[in-house]
Amino acid sequence: MQLSKDKLLDAYTRMKKIRVFEETMRDEFAKGTVPAFIHLYIGQEAIASGICIELNDNDTIASTHRGHGHCLAKNSDLERMTMEIFCRADGLCEGKGGSMHIADLSVGMLGANAIVGANAPIAVGAALRQRVMGENLVSAAFIGDGASNQGAVFEAMNLASVLKLPVLFVFENNGYAEFTGVDYHCGGGDIAGRAEGFGMPSYKLDGSDFFAVQEAAAEAVERARRGDGPSAIECYAKRWYGHFEGDPQHYRTKEELEAIRKDSDPLKIFRQKVEEAGLVESGDLDAIDKDLLSQVTNAVEKAKNSPLPNVEELTTNVYEKGSY
Amino acid sequence: MTIKTYREAIIEAMILEMKRDEKVFVIGEDISGGRGCDDFDGEAAGGPMGLTQGLWDEFGAQRVIDTPISETAIMGAAAGAALSGLRPIAELMFSDFFGVCFDQIYNQAAKFRFMYGDQGATPLVIRTMIGAGIGCGPQHSQSPYSIFANIPGLKVVTPSNPYDAKGLLISSIRDNDPVIFCEHKALLGMDGEVPDESYEVPLGKGKILKEGNDISIVAIGQMVGVVQNCIKNLEKKGISAEIIDPRSLSPFDDEMVYDSVEKTGRLLVLDESNPVCSFGSWITSMVSEEVFSSLKAPTKVLTPPHCPVPAAPNLEAAYLPDVETIISASENLKNYT
Repeated sequence: MQLSKDKLLDAYTRMKKIRVFEETMRDEFAKGTVPAFIHLYIGQEAIASGICIELNDNDTIASTHRGHGHCLAKNSDLERMTMEIFCRADGLCEGKGGSMHIADLSVGMLGANAIVGANAPIAVGAALRQRVMGENLVSAAFIGDGASNQGAVFEAMNLASVLKLPVLFVFENNGYAEFTGVDYHCGGGDIAGRAEGFGMPSYKLDGSDFFAVQEAAAEAVERARRGDGPSAIECYAKRWYGHFEGDPQHYRTKEELEAIRKDSDPLKIFRQKVEEAGLVESGDLDAIDKDLLSQVTNAVEKAKNSPLPNVEELTTNVYEKGSY
Repeated sequence: MTIKTYREAIIEAMILEMKRDEKVFVIGEDISGGRGCDDFDGEAAGGPMGLTQGLWDEFGAQRVIDTPISETAIMGAAAGAALSGLRPIAELMFSDFFGVCFDQIYNQAAKFRFMYGDQGATPLVIRTMIGAGIGCGPQHSQSPYSIFANIPGLKVVTPSNPYDAKGLLISSIRDNDPVIFCEHKALLGMDGEVPDESYEVPLGKGKILKEGNDISIVAIGQMVGVVQNCIKNLEKKGISAEIIDPRSLSPFDDEMVYDSVEKTGRLLVLDESNPVCSFGSWITSMVSEEVFSSLKAPTKVLTPPHCPVPAAPNLEAAYLPDVETIISASENLKNYT
């Protein structure tokens, strides 16, 4: 189905925001301003954006350690999210979560998760609102090819299938589980096929192509809202950088990295498609680029200049206030 | 006042809370008798121990949700449901099974409030059976509450009688943090007075079951009943024991224990967990730090030995602290010079 111009601009904005944000984070990490590890989402922008553009604020997502892209695609507050990555008091999680544990419940972002695969059952739990309360909602779990081998993911798929819950299992197959190639770590090599084994329809598609992801997402979301249960979407994409920033990537060649950036750039592919089809003027997209760069730069400056949490906050929010 | 069993008290608490709040639901294995499907018209069995009997008939499959044998999925789904506004009661049939799903409990549910900056609550109750005494052997008889109590973010409750079981479960369901509700399998048939109406027993408040002057005995779960059987014998030996049931371990009513030890000068803890890093050892450690100068004798913890729970009835009987051991430990404390 042809998307409206507004939706196309929305799609581009989501993807480009992720790109600009992550490139800025990469620079900041190199400068040593970012605490702890960060795992960049560059190369996979079309996946988070293609899924989240089909979701409402009431719909939920459960994310991963590589969660900046999911957070942005779900329209989390850019400034407070940036503050969280810099572990500041006014961050979304008041500085106690950091990059690998960002959540923004106000937009249904149930949290990045530093335990690989653990988010899948959590997404299933959020989907129980349809069964228990009759709410109209969809819940998506983002799952890497590495996480696809976790028992928690299998259990989550089976439970969602048995209970016919409105869940999207979005497999982001970027070719590597940390350092280990998918050709080594994935028995049978067919992640979507495993999901079919649990009785749910599945898609295999090019995760560098926003339109492929969005079309599958639209169908799966509709099915879920109808009460017809979960779907799996396996998106093949490329991870442009290391598992984490600072990863020397001894496990792949320079040639591979060059080819990835040349052939698998979701932004380039999107621009080419919409411009060639005359759906959007290139000037519109350039204006978005400019605006996003200034938004992200401002957010980072603001975050770096905002206060760290008070040490008195160390032991707060372990339990509900006054209950322990 | 009506006489009810510990099991009936638990079921009644769930029914009352499910009627009060439509967000409360129950999820677990075989909880409607293994027939979660909507078209089932028989009487639902309510789990292998009958702890969810009647729930499916009253509330149906929308809110009494049978699952596959998938503890990770059950605990994770319950955690996710709680984070997104529901109030799940998740059944972990035997507490021994925490080993296959602990990530969802201690890395996820327990940490949501802290690591997400208090954005949302996690009102989750995990009901689970603990304890030795009915011959279930090494993998169905443990009491891992010390491990649960070690985790910041979890609350841990150990009711010892039907009245507390109902009131503590109602409080746990209304609580906005994850609560591990430890039901002792040897107590399920225990009778006691349980009011029909709804009432709360607050978390973190212990109960003095008997006042005394010579020795403070803190007993957890099943051990409460065992120590109550010792009272007459202790009195015959001239020992006036103050018996404390902490009822919840996390939060723990430390002030009640300190006040008691300041009066008696002696402390004995009866704890069914493994001895190394047991909850009992934590109690004695806190007492030594806070009211050391009141102590007239070293503190003492009685636990099972550091071994798994055996299946053979004679070995299992030898595994648990018994009346003789408790009396002899109490005498040693009383006579310590």
